[in-house]
Formats: sequence, structure tokens, C-alpha cells
Amino acid sequence: MNAPVDLAARRAAVAAALAPLLPPHALLHQSEQTTPYECDGLTAYRQRPLAVALPETEAQVAAVLKACHRLGVPVVARGAGTGLSGGAMPHELGVTLALAKFNQILSVDPLARTAHVQCGVRNLAISEAAAPLGLYYAPDPSSQIACTIGGNVAENSGGVHCLKYGLTLHNVLRVRGFTAEGEAVEFGSEALDAPGLDLLALVIGSEGMLAVVTEVTVKLVPKPRLARCLMASFDDVRKAGDAVAAIIAAGIIPAGLEMMDKPMTAAVEDFVHAGYDLTAEAILLCESDGTPEEVAEEIGRMEAVLRGSGATDVQVSADEAQRLKFWSGRKNAFPASGRISPDYMCMDSTIPRKHLATILLDIQQMEKKYGLRCANVFHAGDGNLHPLILFDANDPDQLHRCEQFGAEILERSVALGGTVTGEHGVGVEKLNSMCVQFSAAELDQMLQLKAAFDPAGTLNPGKQIPSLSRCAEYGRMHVKRGLLAFSELERF
Amino acid sequence: MSFAELQAQIRDARAPLRITGHGSKDFYGEALQGEPLSTLALNGVTAYEPSELFISVLAGTPVFDVEALLAQHRQRFAFEPPRFGGKGTLGGMVAAGLSGPARAALGSVRDHLLGAVLINGMGELLSFGGTVMKNVAGFDVSRVLAGSMGQLGLITEVTLKVMPLPAAVTTLRFELDQSAALMAMNRWGGEPLPIEASAWWDGALLLRLAGAGAAVDAAARKLGGDVIPPELAGAFWLGLRDQSDEFFVGAERAVAGGARLWRLSLPSTTPELKLHGEQLIDWGGAQRWVVTPMEPAAMREAAAAVGGHATCFRSLDKSCGAFTPLTPPLATIHQRLKASFDPHGVLNPGRLYPNL
Repeated sequence: MNAPVDLAARRAAVAAALAPLLPPHALLHQSEQTTPYECDGLTAYRQRPLAVALPETEAQVAAVLKACHRLGVPVVARGAGTGLSGGAMPHELGVTLALAKFNQILSVDPLARTAHVQCGVRNLAISEAAAPLGLYYAPDPSSQIACTIGGNVAENSGGVHCLKYGLTLHNVLRVRGFTAEGEAVEFGSEALDAPGLDLLALVIGSEGMLAVVTEVTVKLVPKPRLARCLMASFDDVRKAGDAVAAIIAAGIIPAGLEMMDKPMTAAVEDFVHAGYDLTAEAILLCESDGTPEEVAEEIGRMEAVLRGSGATDVQVSADEAQRLKFWSGRKNAFPASGRISPDYMCMDSTIPRKHLATILLDIQQMEKKYGLRCANVFHAGDGNLHPLILFDANDPDQLHRCEQFGAEILERSVALGGTVTGEHGVGVEKLNSMCVQFSAAELDQMLQLKAAFDPAGTLNPGKQIPSLSRCAEYGRMHVKRGLLAFSELERF
Repeated sequence: MSFAELQAQIRDARAPLRITGHGSKDFYGEALQGEPLSTLALNGVTAYEPSELFISVLAGTPVFDVEALLAQHRQRFAFEPPRFGGKGTLGGMVAAGLSGPARAALGSVRDHLLGAVLINGMGELLSFGGTVMKNVAGFDVSRVLAGSMGQLGLITEVTLKVMPLPAAVTTLRFELDQSAALMAMNRWGGEPLPIEASAWWDGALLLRLAGAGAAVDAAARKLGGDVIPPELAGAFWLGLRDQSDEFFVGAERAVAGGARLWRLSLPSTTPELKLHGEQLIDWGGAQRWVVTPMEPAAMREAAAAVGGHATCFRSLDKSCGAFTPLTPPLATIHQRLKASFDPHGVLNPGRLYPNL
């Protein structure tokens, strides 16, 4: 079973099978050609693929998939490669299907408020194309300048405005693509629903495990007339966490609600010089958008709630320039962290909002335990944490401690009633943590579900859903969700 | 009946089981088959904290009771599920996947579903999703349960996003023919206006504006039309939502006489469809209800021609199939998915498609 695989022979066989299907420049298999594809945004994990196919037409995509299916060769679809969990990391014995050439916006329909785009179109390019019509595409992951809509579909990407405007799932009507066997298929429709099971909901966020998407119909929404932002300082993280819950409890759904802790604020201030309050233990950014009347009313209500929750200082953006300045630090949290540490690992769990302060204080304890610093940015409105653990990858012990630190944050998040990934995906990075969040029967059902779409298991194998044997090896117990939460609530 | 007893009953079943709550949607989908298996013992709210914007509820709990609890906290299910005859359970609400007038603006049941616990055909109790808005751990299995008609598993508990009630609501009425109303709904949909629901029937377009008081007032001034008194407007939207208004009462009468009530789900900009029979349009033009004696094949063709699909919603004769047939690759995936959740085919067999 474990005979060493003759990689060179396999590579030659696969290249020979694909060569007739693609123009010569669209097939890469020399090591210096495939090296640029060896990782995505999760650079700690690298693997060269056997070959990289860069198809230019749907017919070529279908042909590559059919050939790979016939040969039993794994296929890993890839967009811009900005993913943070290794979802597009190549397979050692597989073909990376790079879809960057599918970069055309096919049509924008102002009356229907939809856009038909190819999978390799960048997220921000959709909003730019729709802007003259007063419309935009709502989900705005921080990587939106570079990331593609196909990748957004694979990861069910979010952004800073999800609480009000939803995730990719809520903003995509239809995808067109191919099954593992290379058969054309459509999920969803141009209408608001489609007959049968809602397979579109499964395909979105399936990390390239169920189908290869080549074309997407997205919803566009009217651009709000105005957006304004509040920046509030707190001298205690618990007060800041409570303020988040208080805003929601007041019946307000802010367009954005973000939190930064003191170390993060210091790092970004040094980077963007936006005038952040460096004495605050936590800073909240709260955005309101809509008509001028709506925004004025909501800003007033949010300011009252923030002050009532003990904010030591509240500033309201006076104009668009100041609003963007408030956001500049938050948007640059990752590069700013890159400046204060040789390496950082970005975590991505979600917890119930009310536990924001609890987990921040827990993370402070973990910093001592693992001897590593951690700066925190949270999409506080939806409880999505992005702790950035700072370390030096040249020190193997630091990398090891960093991984343990990250795993403990994820396990703590599950214990608090949350999830191991809010928007970055499982990829290869969080496979072990999936064993903590799901039971063996649940994981097995997900593996069976994959097999229903891809019986031969050639689409992005080994990602997102851990095998049961992997979980057994990992040896951590599945934590029953909700066991601790809400036991005090009365039932009716 | 406890979870363990339900699990045992499903695991040991050798003949079809028909999952049932109030039975308020027995008319919907394909024919019922099998021994009834009631979810009504699964009753109660398991978690609700208004500031977390979610509620977890056992499947047999009446929708009406849950919405009353939400209203006490000035919250709601924004997808406005229909309650046929005032009835319906949370499990049935999710399994049928039907949403009301606000669906186009605020999303469907599926859009608000955050998590679910189910018993699959092997009798395994499985939990997917959770209580948080952002969650991409594994496949989004809970959301595929919305509209699954119980064919993948018995839903025991669901967690749904809840939303605050709007501070202000105003309904406007415009006298417009169908074509003009369709154009107006689509054009206004592209402007930053707080339009939450729209419906056209019998020469009148009704728009529901909802949101901050100042925004609703400003939009009402901009749009014009006649402001409908709140009690009348509330009754109209409720009747539309629960399908108890004049149009649907008339439709049921016509169905008893041999006509069919069709639900056409179409791109919202589809121009007026010249179909024989009466039409009511909502969801900004994306959903069209048609009461007609027309042949099913003609209805399905009319919907397919514009990129939509047609559901035979109410009919004495459903030999045409309740739902639009699937393309071959999707039909294959459906068969395999069903087999992966329910290998012996005991859970609500045939309720979505006769051979599923």
C-alpha cells in the first residue's frame, strides 16, 4: 500500500493526459513553474502540485476535470490564492486548476440588480462596475482588492458589514460550474429560489470539495446615501464587550461593529497614524449607513448607548475623509501586525457576542502560558474574533507554541458555544479543531455528503472535513456545544 | 417521546415514516406516505437571548407561540413564515422552507437558519451549524434542511436568527396596472429606500416601508401614493403572509373546482406573463401566484422560458408533479444525498420528488 509513489512518472503521465486539452502556455509542470502555486494565503503550509492547469474556456475546465476523474487525479481549484486556511493548498499528487483567466464581468443588470460574473473576477471589481448605477456587491472581505468571487463562494466569505448585509450565501443567486466528473451543472437560479434541495447553500462555503464554480450571479444592493462612523474608547474590555451587546439589545443593527484591543491599537496607530486613543483598553468602531435621516437617528442612539455603557470618549466622523481614517487602522490590522513581529498567525473563531470580554481575558492568560504576544481585532457585531498571535517562524519552538495557542483559542471558542471558523474556512489549518467541534457521526455525515457530489473523491481531497482516523489520532474530545450555555434560561 | 425513542423508532423502521407536526402543510409537495411520526412532544424554547439575535427551539413548538415570545422582546422572524390556519411548527416551517412577503428584502427561512439538530435515517442525532451568524466550519448542512420536506432527516431543533422589529412601518397604495407595477417595484428596488415588502393584485400595488421613523417618513414623501391606515395595512400583510386573504380564499375555492394554484418563482424583472387566470405578485416581482385551469406543462414552460420555475402549490390532482423536475446532474446528486442521509429511504419518501 505504502510503496513510494514515483512522482516524476506520475507528473509525466498527467502532463501527457492534459497537454492535448490545453494550449501549451496553459499547462505548467516544471518545478520552477509550479512553485508560485505551492501555497495560498496560509504560507506556513506549502506543497507543489504535480501540474497547474490554467484553462481559458469552460470547455477546457470540463476536459481537465474529465481527464483527472478518469485518472483518479485530485483537482484543487484556485482563484487569487488569498485564502487564509490553506483551502487552495495543492495536492502532492494533484492538479491545481487555476481559474484566474475567468476574469470577465459578463453583464450588470441595473433593473434586476444582479451581475453575472466569471469566477475569477475580483470582489471589489464587481462593486466598481456597479458603482455608476448606484449599486454595489455587499460582502467585503478585507482582501477584496485581490480575492475573487469564485474564492468567496468557496469560503462563504464575510467582511465587516455582514451583520447587516449578510455573507456570500445571502448575496449569491446562482452559480454555474462543473461536477467532479466534468459535467456542467447549475445551483440556484435567476429567481430567488430553485426547485429541489437547496444545493446552492451547500456549495457556498464548501471549499472546492463539491464542485468547481466558473460563473456566479450575484445580487447587487443600492449604495447607501451616507455612512458615518463612531469611534468609542473604553478603559475596560468588559465594558466594551457589554457595549456591543447593549447596542444590539437596543434594536440597532449597525452596518459595522468592530473592536480592537490595546496592543492592536498601538500596532495600527504606528502604521497609519489615524489618531487612535492609545490609552484605551479597547476601541469600538460603529458604523451607520442609510438615508441621511436614518443615519442621524441611528448615530444619536448608538452614541447614547456607548456613553451609557461607560465609553471614556466617543468621536463621530464629520465627513467621509474622517470616516475612512477611523477605518484605516482596522483595515490595516494585518499588515500592521506584520511590522511588529516577524510572523503572525491569524485565528478566526466566532463566539456569542456576550463572551467577547471573557475570551479577551482568557487570551491574555494564554499569552502568559505560551510566552507569546497576541493582538486582537474582532468583528464584534457578529462575535467573529481575529486574534493575531505574534511569533518568529525561524524558531521551531515558537511555531509549535503558536499552534498550541491557536488551538486553545479555538477549543475555548467551541466551549463558549461558538465555532472554530467564522469566515476563513477550515482548509488544512483547522482540520484538527473540527474534531473538537463535531462528533464522529457528524463528520461522517459530512464525508458522505461530499461523496454524494463527488463519489470518487477527486475534488480538493483532504480539506475541510477531517477523516475519522485523523481525529482519533488527534485524540481531543469532541466538546458538546451548548452544554454550558443558557442552562439558566427558563423554557416554555 | 424522547430523542432516544425517536432515534430508535427511525433506526428500526423498515417501512416509510411520515414526519408530522400540526399537519398544516400536508397539502404541499407530493403525496403523504407512511406511518405518522409526530414531533409535537418536542416542544419548547431551548435558548433565547435577545441581544444575541438568535433563538433555539424544539421542532414541535408552534410558530405562533415562538413569534409571540419574540414580539415581547420587540423582535421577529424577518422571513415571515406563513401559518396556514394559524398553525404550523418550527420543524415544519424549516422543512417546507416557505417565506412570506418580506422575503425579497430581508431573506428566506434558509437565510436565517443558523443551526439545526436532526435525526438521520440511521437514527443518529446530529448537530450542524450553531448559534452564531458567521460559521463556516464544515458543510452548511443545516441550511439544506430548509425546503427539504423532511427527506434528509427528522429535524429536532432549529436555531434561527431573529431581528429587531422596525421602529416605524407605513404602507402605501398605488393604482397601477401589472406592467407598471412590475416596473415600479424593480426600479424602486434599486434605490436606497426602506422597502420591506411589495405586492400587486387587482390593479393596486402595495408597498410596505419599514425602518427608522425618519427614513420611512422621507421615503413615503418621496414615493407618494396613498397611505393605508395601519390596521387595514396590517390585516392585508397578515392575510397575504398566512394566505388567508381574498385572493387565496378564492384560489382555494377554484382549486376545489378543479383549477390549480401555482407558485411561480421568476427573475423579478420578468414582464407581465399573459396567462389565463388570476395573478397576485409579491417579492418585488419575483414571486407570482396564479390560479388557473391551464395545463401544467404550459405553466412549467412559461416559467422555464424566463429562467424561473413553477410549483403546483395547491391542486386536487398533482400527477403533474408538485415541483419542477430537476436537470439530470442535479437529480443524480439528489438521489445520492438522500441515500447518504437516509439509506433505507424511510423518512418522508417521495415528498419532494416521487422517486426520492
